[in-house]
Amino acid sequence: MYDDDESTATAFNPQLSKNIKTGDGVKGVSLDVFKGELVTLLGPSGCGKTTVLRAVGGFLEPDSGDIRIEGRSVLKVPPEKRPTAMVFQSYNLWPHMTVYDNLAFGLKIRGRKKEEIRAAVDKVLHLVRLPGTENKMPSQLSGGQQQRIAVARALLLDPAVLLLDEPFSALDAKLRLEMREELREIQSSTGLTMVFVTHDQEEALSISDRIVVMNSGRIEQLDPPQRIYDHPESLFVAQFIGRMNFLPARGEGGMVDIQGRRFKAERPVEDDVTAAIRPEDIFLLDAEEAKEQPSFQATIRQVMVLGHYAEVTADTVAGPVKLFVPREQAATLEHGQSVPIGFMRVTAFHR
Amino acid sequence: MSWKLKQVSFKAWIEWAILLLFILFFMGPLINLLVLAFSGKWQYPAILPQEWSFTWWAYVFQQNEVIESISLSFGIATVVTLLSIVICLPAAYAFARIRFRLSKMFLFSFLLTHAFPKMGLYVSIAVLFFKLHLMNTFMGVVLIHMVNTLMYMTWIPASAFKSVHQSQEESARDVGAGPFRVFWHITLPMALPGIVVASIFTFLSSLDEAQGTFMVGIPDFRTMPLIMYTIVQNYPTTAGGVFSIILTLPTILLLLAARRFINADVMSSGFTMK
Repeated sequence: MYDDDESTATAFNPQLSKNIKTGDGVKGVSLDVFKGELVTLLGPSGCGKTTVLRAVGGFLEPDSGDIRIEGRSVLKVPPEKRPTAMVFQSYNLWPHMTVYDNLAFGLKIRGRKKEEIRAAVDKVLHLVRLPGTENKMPSQLSGGQQQRIAVARALLLDPAVLLLDEPFSALDAKLRLEMREELREIQSSTGLTMVFVTHDQEEALSISDRIVVMNSGRIEQLDPPQRIYDHPESLFVAQFIGRMNFLPARGEGGMVDIQGRRFKAERPVEDDVTAAIRPEDIFLLDAEEAKEQPSFQATIRQVMVLGHYAEVTADTVAGPVKLFVPREQAATLEHGQSVPIGFMRVTAFHR
Repeated sequence: MSWKLKQVSFKAWIEWAILLLFILFFMGPLINLLVLAFSGKWQYPAILPQEWSFTWWAYVFQQNEVIESISLSFGIATVVTLLSIVICLPAAYAFARIRFRLSKMFLFSFLLTHAFPKMGLYVSIAVLFFKLHLMNTFMGVVLIHMVNTLMYMTWIPASAFKSVHQSQEESARDVGAGPFRVFWHITLPMALPGIVVASIFTFLSSLDEAQGTFMVGIPDFRTMPLIMYTIVQNYPTTAGGVFSIILTLPTILLLLAARRFINADVMSSGFTMK
């Protein structure tokens, strides 16, 4: 799948495998990451995303397969000699050193001159917007600030690939959003190649150029965020990414039959299948529209107003569904009321 | 209002009384010892000595064997501590980082020497030492002291190493430090409090050791506690008072110097089996 193209920053051989007793093993993961790209490994815990990242960083040795960075195999290279830098989930600053010493540690090892180190540290502290914190101890900084210093420490190494292992999962929701934006800014200003690991699908959707959805050690889908959201290729991806309604159905080639109503299928399927419909693809119909297209009578069970839209739960012959309705429209809905609904887009998966 | 004030002061009184009782209970014997060491003449009904003097201090320091025993004890304690560090720290690191079979059992086995009556253990060790020509040697005494110190020196540093998160070591590898540099610059400084505490315990327990030394070191290696027995038996209690102050002083000084490292956390985490 990969070639020795200059633009390839990282490449995994198709046979990259690692068996780990805890079940976090990875089998046959093959992935190219291109220069300047932010690729996210996304999946539930235990799916092997961290295993892949740690293998790239040099903290795990794969049982088979190859890892190449800029065309060179790094399989036999210890972590301290790899052109990678890693940002860990937590605990990654050294508490007995000042911020300056934390940042300068790697550069001192590389034998840089003192003035050079000072200038580099100053520059990177401005980049992560924490100038003037050189003499503080890590414990004097907040969680978000500590993680920014950790990012700065990794950036100072000028790595070919920056590896981030759920770097923001220990932070609170608001800070997480901020850090996401900042990371994206840093990436666009430095043009760094990044591999990001997260179990948070929203985070993955918002920052990635491409997302690798992983499940039990395999890659389920590898696509840009929009495509992953609009065209999930497996039931797992459909379940994992975004909100989704699932209804039992029958596939008939290009069509899906849900309780006698026939919809065009996004991908051809046969026999017993699960139809998946996003809540935003379900619409309330008026009487006219209900006659023209396949529709269901839905009995409103619950209306929850969530700001500018409402989440409505309704029962149909096919099963319960959730749909998103604009706020004004939701005001007219009452509990127990029966309304016709239609599906805009239906994807179906073999069970 | 006045009733409340009275109640508070009553409570305070009780607290003060309990505190005083504790001070008397804990410090009483030590204060008695201190006074005893500086007394010339002190007969029963008097609370304080009738005569103060340094006679016994002068006497104790005139005894050659006393001076020798002090320097011998400190020499042995230093060697024991250094050797324990060299032997036990790698073991402690292994217990903290490497998961191997029966590791818990090995760790537990360090308790064994503390589980039996010491004298029985020493007698059987002495039999072995006879065969190895270690009786009445410096090395023999050092080894018998280390029987007691291995546990402190392994358990406490092992928990200290364990508290250094592995990802902190990994991030040091990541920025370019080799394994040795990681240990020296990251792991060791972060585990230092536990190691210092363990070393102090080792040093003090070596200073204090008498039974094993008596078994293995007699007649040439007479340490402070052994001389202490002789003095207590053969001279007035005043000399014993002087000598026990000399014996206690290093302990107090060391504990004071290291008090920023010593806290209940280090101690309790050192003695948990995880």
